[in-house]
Amino acid sequence: MKNCLVVDDSSVIRKVARRILEDLSFEIAEAEDGMKALEACRKGMPEAILLDWNMPVMDGLEFLAQLRREPGGEKPKVVFCTTENDVAHIAKAMRAGADEYIMKPFDREIVEAKFAEVGLI
Amino acid sequence: MTPNEYDYLRGYLKQQSGLVLTAEKQYLIESRLLPVARKAGLASISALVAKMKEPGQSRICEAVVEAMTTNESFFFRDKTPFEHFVDTMLPKMLEARARERRLRIWCAAASTGQEPYSLAMCLKEAEAKLAGWRIEIIGTDLSNEVLDKARAGVYSQFEVQRGLPINHLLKYFTQNGDTWQISSTLRSMVQYRKLNLLENFSTLGQFDIVFCRNVLIYFDNPTKVDILGRISKMMPADGFLVLGAAETVVGLTDAFKPMTEKRGLYQLGGAAAAATPPRGLATGTLGTTAPTGAAGALRPAIAPRLSVVRP
Ligand SMILES: C[S@@+](CC[C@H](N)C(=O)[O-])C[C@H]1O[C@@H](n2cnc3c(N)ncnc32)[C@H](O)[C@@H]1O
Repeated sequence: MKNCLVVDDSSVIRKVARRILEDLSFEIAEAEDGMKALEACRKGMPEAILLDWNMPVMDGLEFLAQLRREPGGEKPKVVFCTTENDVAHIAKAMRAGADEYIMKPFDREIVEAKFAEVGLI
Repeated sequence: MTPNEYDYLRGYLKQQSGLVLTAEKQYLIESRLLPVARKAGLASISALVAKMKEPGQSRICEAVVEAMTTNESFFFRDKTPFEHFVDTMLPKMLEARARERRLRIWCAAASTGQEPYSLAMCLKEAEAKLAGWRIEIIGTDLSNEVLDKARAGVYSQFEVQRGLPINHLLKYFTQNGDTWQISSTLRSMVQYRKLNLLENFSTLGQFDIVFCRNVLIYFDNPTKVDILGRISKMMPADGFLVLGAAETVVGLTDAFKPMTEKRGLYQLGGAAAAATPPRGLATGTLGTTAPTGAAGALRPAIAPRLSVVRP
């Protein structure tokens, strides 16, 4: 079973994502901001991270930049999942080391397609 | 709707588009045709059927046929056909057509354009090897409505997130609010035409590669055999046919044979393969094949970009 860390400040989104990803056979951990996500990653790098952009304490982009500097931090496949759905934001996320990008609102099919795209399924 | 009306519609659809509806698909007819009836100011399916039988109602008949087609498609659907395209079909064709530098591709059920545009993106990515080549992609479909959408190349946020890698979205699309339009360069690589596969399509000419995916599945076996037979006659001996994940030629026809270890990929079968020489040979280039590994395609660029041939 692959591990996926779901990072989002909305508990509703975390719950929806958890349900979809558990159906896809992922073991889920949750974090509500970038700082907590970074702490979780330092304890053990997940295979996949589903990452919101706008969050308190530390946003998704800052988290990603820090993650990629951590030992082993290049390993997780990072899929952004955010309402920031314009070209400029997407390009910025990709330059920062994201692997894929989901524009909210999302559904089961999109999550599955994007995770397949980066070879997680 | 009465059983008689249902039978009439079933018969009509089978005859017009090949669509086979089993006896229990009444709900499908109702859910798809009620909006057509309403749009024409008719209260029920019964009224719609009565209208269809009047002379001079070809517009409404066409709307009925189009409404009953399933148009779902997505970019890089099932992924492997496009991997086969890049890893198997293109390299083979680059070598085999090195002299003519011409390649013709047909998407025989193009729907809203995702399939031909996925092929166009594959070609764009391989552009360096294709300098000086004339590559045509023809997309055909029965339905005008889907062809209009394909020509416009405008997709919803949902549609661009199913199968399309994010880097391709950034590279080949422009955003307009909630929708995304595929670039004019890619649009100009595909020609769309209305075509019913039940009718004669030999005038389209020869095709090296045919994508005929997720359409035969709606037809009965004799119709599938007929269409596959006629497609095979439009292909050179070394051509490739691609079918959908739930489709096959096995047990139907020997016009094509599956390629080993290439799921969904077919080449001309026994008799047909022997009877049809590759196009290069047919046009008198016998004995002038490019040396292996030094295909003309790899020479320095003559034309800097893919040219589009308007037939
Ligand atoms: C499910 S779509 C397939 C799209 C694409 N090839 C794919 O695999 O994603 C099927 C298409 O076949 C078209 N179609 C159905 N009957 C047809 C016929 N008799 N001739 C030509 N096209 C037909 C429909 O209009 C529809 O757009």
